[in-house]
Amino acid sequence: MTDKIVVEDVYKIFGPKPELAKEMIEQGHDKAEIFEQTGHTVGVQKASFSIREGEIFVVMGLSGSGKSTMVRMLNRLIDPTYGAVHVNGQDITKMSTEQLISLRRKDMSMVFQSFALMPHQTVLENAAFGLEVAGIERSEREQRALDALEQVGLKPNARSYPSELSGGMKQRVGLARALAVDPSILLMDEAFSALDPLIRTQMQDELIELQKKKARTVVFISHDLDEAMRIGDRIAIMEQGKVVQIGAPDEIVTNPADEYVRSFFHGVDVTKVFTGGDLARRDHGSVIEDANASPQAVREQLQKDGHDSGVVVDGGHKFLGVVSERSLASADDLKSAYLEDVEPARSDMALGDVLSRVAHATVPVPVVDDDGKYLGSVSKTALLQTLDRTG
Amino acid sequence: MADPTQYQLLHINIGDHVELLVDWIQNNLGGVLDGISAVIDFVVSNLEGFMLWVHPLVMAAAIVILGFLRVGVGFGIFCIAAMILFFEMTLWPETMSTVAIVLSASLVALVIGVPVGIAMARSDKVEAIVRPILDFMQTMPPFVYLIPAAIFFGLGKVPGTIATVVFAMPPAVRLTNLGIRQVHEENIEAGLAFGCTPRQLLTKVQLPLATPTIMQGVNQTIMLSLSMVVIASMIGAGGLGNVVLTGIQRLNVGLGFEGGLGVVLIAILLDRITQTFGTTGATGSPLYHKLKQALTGGGHESDSTSSA
Repeated sequence: MTDKIVVEDVYKIFGPKPELAKEMIEQGHDKAEIFEQTGHTVGVQKASFSIREGEIFVVMGLSGSGKSTMVRMLNRLIDPTYGAVHVNGQDITKMSTEQLISLRRKDMSMVFQSFALMPHQTVLENAAFGLEVAGIERSEREQRALDALEQVGLKPNARSYPSELSGGMKQRVGLARALAVDPSILLMDEAFSALDPLIRTQMQDELIELQKKKARTVVFISHDLDEAMRIGDRIAIMEQGKVVQIGAPDEIVTNPADEYVRSFFHGVDVTKVFTGGDLARRDHGSVIEDANASPQAVREQLQKDGHDSGVVVDGGHKFLGVVSERSLASADDLKSAYLEDVEPARSDMALGDVLSRVAHATVPVPVVDDDGKYLGSVSKTALLQTLDRTG
Repeated sequence: MADPTQYQLLHINIGDHVELLVDWIQNNLGGVLDGISAVIDFVVSNLEGFMLWVHPLVMAAAIVILGFLRVGVGFGIFCIAAMILFFEMTLWPETMSTVAIVLSASLVALVIGVPVGIAMARSDKVEAIVRPILDFMQTMPPFVYLIPAAIFFGLGKVPGTIATVVFAMPPAVRLTNLGIRQVHEENIEAGLAFGCTPRQLLTKVQLPLATPTIMQGVNQTIMLSLSMVVIASMIGAGGLGNVVLTGIQRLNVGLGFEGGLGVVLIAILLDRITQTFGTTGATGSPLYHKLKQALTGGGHESDSTSSA
C-alpha cells in the first residue's frame, strides 16, 4: 500500500514567537512549563507518521492532546508552524490558496462533531454544498447529492430541513455531504462522538460497510477507545501534542508504549478487541498429523509431549478432531476417539464468543482459519492471562 | 464656591470648531451634498409617489393579505382593524408618506449599514474604529441631527430622511457584525474544508447563518426610523409626524392622539411583518404553508414518484 498522507516533523505552536517554544520543546520541557514561561500553547509537537491509502487511521487521545489540531493541519484549516504535510506526494504547506482550495474541493472532505450543517438549506442542498462551492451545475450536483444521500439511507428526507432530523440523521447528512464530492480522503473529527451509543455503533458499522464498497483514506479522530478499536486499521495515540504510539489495535493493546497508553486500556472490553486467532497457541497440546495412527500410538505421543489432549489434522493441516487421554483409552480407532463436544472456533471470532466455548470445554479449544486449517488452541490459562493483563 | 470657567485653560471652543467644520463642508463639498440629496430625493419621492398612486383599498388589501400569510390569522384580523382605523381617522396620505420615508430611510440605512457591519466582522481594527462612532450616533440626542441636516439639505423630506438614516443605522451595523461573528466556528470550518473562497464563505455560510440576527437589526432600524420620523417633521419631513407636531402646536389633544396612534399602528404592522423574515428554515404562517401545499401539492407528488 502506498502512503497517501505523510506528516513530517509537524509542530503547531500558538503564540507570537513560536521559535522560543520550539527551543524549549527540544530542551525537553513539557507543555505546562512552556506555557508558564513563554505564554505559548503547544498544540502538536514533532509529529511524524504516514497514513496508507485506503486505511482507516484513527487518531486517539484525551481532550487537549492535540488530535483535533492535528487533523486540521491535514487540510490546513490550521497552518502548521513547522514541518511538512504531504498529500498525494505534494507538500500542502507550500501550496498557494488556489491550489489549497482545489485540493479541498476535489480530494478531501470533512465530517464534524457538531455536524455543522447549514440550517437554512434542505438536506439535499446541504449534501450538495461541496459541489455547489466547486461550481458544479444544479442538475448534476443534485443528482450526485441524491446518490450520496442514498448511500447513507437518507434519500427520502432530501427535502427536509436539518432541524427536522435527529442527531444520527444529521450526521448522516454530514457524511453524505462529504461523500458527495467523492473525495479520496475523508477527515472525520469526532464524527460520532455526539451521538448516543446505539446510533454510534450503527454509524461505525456503516462506515466500515462504505469502506468495503470503496476504500477511501479515512482519518478518524476519536477519544473513544472502543470506537478506535472497532473501526481503526491503525491507531495513533496522542498525548500532550506528541504522537506516542502508532500501530494496529491489538499491537497497541498487547504492547503499550508507556503508562499513558496502558492507562487507556483500563476498562476496555478486550473480548471485543481480540479474536480467537490472536490467542491461538500451538503449545497447549500435541498435533497428530497421521489420521490413521492407532489410539495406542497417539496416547504414547501425548504422554511423551506431556499433554492431556491432542489435535488431529490431515496432510493439508486441516482440522479433523480433538482427542484426549481418556477418549483414546476406550477407543478402537482414532476417529472414534474424537471428542464430540469440542467445536473448533474460527480465527476471526471475537474473544467474547470464544470465551464461553473455552469455559465449557474440557480441553483447549482449537482455532481454525477460513479454510478449516488448524492454527492453534486456546487454553483456559492463556485466556485468563490475556484478560488479566489488559483488564 | 469655585467658578468652573476658570479651569478653561486650553480655550478649545468645541462648538466653534463644529461650526467651522459645517461651514467648510458647505463651501467645499457642495457637489457631494447635492449628489446625496438627489439620490435620497429620488428614492423617497418615487416610493411615496407609488404608495399614493396605488388605490387605498388595494394597498390596504395587500397589507391585510401580507399579515394573514406571513404572521397568522389573528394578526390578519388586527390588520383589518388597523386599516379601518386609518380610513376612519382620514389620515391615509399622511400614513403613506410616513411609511415611504421610513422604508426609504431604512433602505438607505441598510445599504450603508450592512456592508459596514460585514467589514466590522471581518476586521478587529475596523470594529475598534466603528464601534465608538456607533456609540456616538446612538447616544447623541436625535434633535441634534436636525440642525446639520437642515443646514446641508434645507427643509423637507430629504433632510428628514437623512437625519433618520443617521439615527436608525447603528443597529443594522451592530447586529450584522454580531450575527457574522456569532456564526458557529464549525460552520466556518465546514465552509473552508469544502473549498470556499473568502467570498463564498461570506455569501454561502456567514451571511445566511447571520440572517436571523441581521433581520433583527433590520427590524430595529425600521422601528428607530419610525420614532425619528416624528422628530424629523420639525424640519418638514411631513407625514404623521406633522400631524403630531400640529397637535402639539395647537394643543389639540385629539389630533395629536390620532397622529400618535397612526405611528403606533404602523410600528406594530412593520414590526410583526418584518420579524417573520428573520426565522430560518421554512418561513411563513401555517396558513401560507397550507396554501402553498394546496397550490403545489400535485407537482410535489409527481416529483416524488418520478425520483423514487
